[in-house]
Amino acid sequence: MSELWRGVNARGRIVLAVVLAVLLGLPLVADRYVLSVLTLIFYFAYVGQAWNLMMGYAGQLSLGHALYVGLGGYVAALLWLNFGIGPWLGVFAAVAVASGFGAAIGWLGFRFGIAGVYFALLTIAFAEFTRIGFDHLGFAGGAAGLFLPFEEKRMGEWWNLRGGQTLFYYLALALAAGAVLLVALIARSRLGYRWLAVREDETAARALGIDAFAVKMAAVVISSAMTAVGGVFYAFYYNNLFPSQVFEMSRSIELILAPIVGGLGTVFGPVIGAFVLTPLGEVLIAVTARLGVNAPGVKAVFYGVVLIVIIYAMPTGVWPRLAGLFGLKGRAP
Amino acid sequence: MWSIYLSVAIQGVLTGLVYGLMALGLSVIFGVVRVVNFAHGEFAVVAMYAAYVLFTALKLDPLFALAPIAALFFLVGYALQAALINPFVGRPEHEQFILLVGVGIIIVNVLLMGFGPDARPVNLSYGFDSYEIGPLLIDKPRVFAAAAAILVAAGLFWFFRRTRTGTAIRACADNLVGAGVVGLNVKRLYALTFGLGLACVGAAGALLVTIADPTPTLGPAYTLLAFIIVIIGGMGSMAGALVGGVLIGVSEALAGFLFAPSMKSMFSFALLIAVLVLRPQGLMGRRA
Repeated sequence: MSELWRGVNARGRIVLAVVLAVLLGLPLVADRYVLSVLTLIFYFAYVGQAWNLMMGYAGQLSLGHALYVGLGGYVAALLWLNFGIGPWLGVFAAVAVASGFGAAIGWLGFRFGIAGVYFALLTIAFAEFTRIGFDHLGFAGGAAGLFLPFEEKRMGEWWNLRGGQTLFYYLALALAAGAVLLVALIARSRLGYRWLAVREDETAARALGIDAFAVKMAAVVISSAMTAVGGVFYAFYYNNLFPSQVFEMSRSIELILAPIVGGLGTVFGPVIGAFVLTPLGEVLIAVTARLGVNAPGVKAVFYGVVLIVIIYAMPTGVWPRLAGLFGLKGRAP
Repeated sequence: MWSIYLSVAIQGVLTGLVYGLMALGLSVIFGVVRVVNFAHGEFAVVAMYAAYVLFTALKLDPLFALAPIAALFFLVGYALQAALINPFVGRPEHEQFILLVGVGIIIVNVLLMGFGPDARPVNLSYGFDSYEIGPLLIDKPRVFAAAAAILVAAGLFWFFRRTRTGTAIRACADNLVGAGVVGLNVKRLYALTFGLGLACVGAAGALLVTIADPTPTLGPAYTLLAFIIVIIGGMGSMAGALVGGVLIGVSEALAGFLFAPSMKSMFSFALLIAVLVLRPQGLMGRRA
């Protein structure tokens, strides 16, 4: 366990413990709105972490991660609607399907030497292909969407993920914390170091005897499986799924912003990124509403400007800078 | 019956030539500057709105609006590359990607604020005219648009093959270090190239209004379309962009006719996957 936290020093660990304690106790005092924003932050930290594993550690740029969110969500939702199979079981099917797709895309990409922008476009192509496919898939609701019914009598059935804001708050917190733990563990394992080697120089890594294909396959399978779990959460939290909303490329982009802004290839980057971006969006909504500007695009324009400024000024992300500034950094990045 | 299929296919070829011109801009930018312009389709949509404004305000036919729009886009592209994108040349792809996605998001939403979410059709006086050749029916606006697209593309081919500046730009693409060694001003040539790429998009966008009605959300779809075409045709191959455009135009037209219009891009993505796997250098590209 001590190996795990090599990235943060003693002060960093104390900060982490305090933040975690505050977040655990928050539902006692905070109102629904604050909890819903935090739930969203945890969700983006979680899926961002899953993407970070593949891009930040293994160096494989995927721009189609919405595919795994959508597949995970749809599989679990369809099992629940048609067979009454609860999400705790359904998540296994969701993970199996999504990681199967991930493995297929990875196999095609890595076996045929599709790299960089080309690999990114391959992932987009699969996500868009699936989106249009689901638009025409009758049993999954098609373009009209799939809805999970809200039943009063089922409220509080946490084992079926039927419940209020607090349930989803803790679930999202557990997911995000679990993802941080998992990535921290893998990053310090043999696999993690092999990923870094492949990311930095694949030819050199292979010269050292690393099976680059197997290592990259591991990255895409683990990442897609993790993302699918996020999809199950999405489906049962929002209770509706539309192909045009879950599979869209803008969703894939939304999901990768937190790790890029926070810091790619770092354990805490995606978390910090989510804590920066999601509240920023909320603040922008509030400010534009207060100013009486009722233009739908204002928030998104600010978002675009922020993206450009951050990638321009801090291309390695906010977290490394922040950690240095407050002296939270340990020996390893 | 065959005459209907042939008519649809010919419409596809004509539309595809305009797509090809749009993709040509992307191919030139990627081939020389090595920056992935993920705001490409968004720029095309800006040009569509420019053509719409010129048409409603001045009754200017998009075929003639093409020239001023392309010129303006050249300046915008030059300035954009010189001011914003140059520091990102040679940086990791995902950083370029985020930068241009940011640009794209701004474009889409500024358009949304300015024009609203509804489509803004350009109603040409000859919009519904068509040529009858035997049993075939060919839309008149598409014929004009395709002819204009070929003309602009030919101009670009000529520039890159026959002028000193065009040769210098090709030198940058072939051997960057060598180009620097012989004293070429790479930064200026890059800005010039980005300008030319955007001029292509501007011209293509002006022509696209005769084929599709502009809405702000069309941008990302056109970006993907341009990437599909360029990869199918072969990254960096100028003729490939036009061939890829025609191929996608025909595939879209036939798929929309035989299945459902909403399924047409599914076939484009399937084609993209097939090309990436079977012939990653593209149909007309050279193996790296």
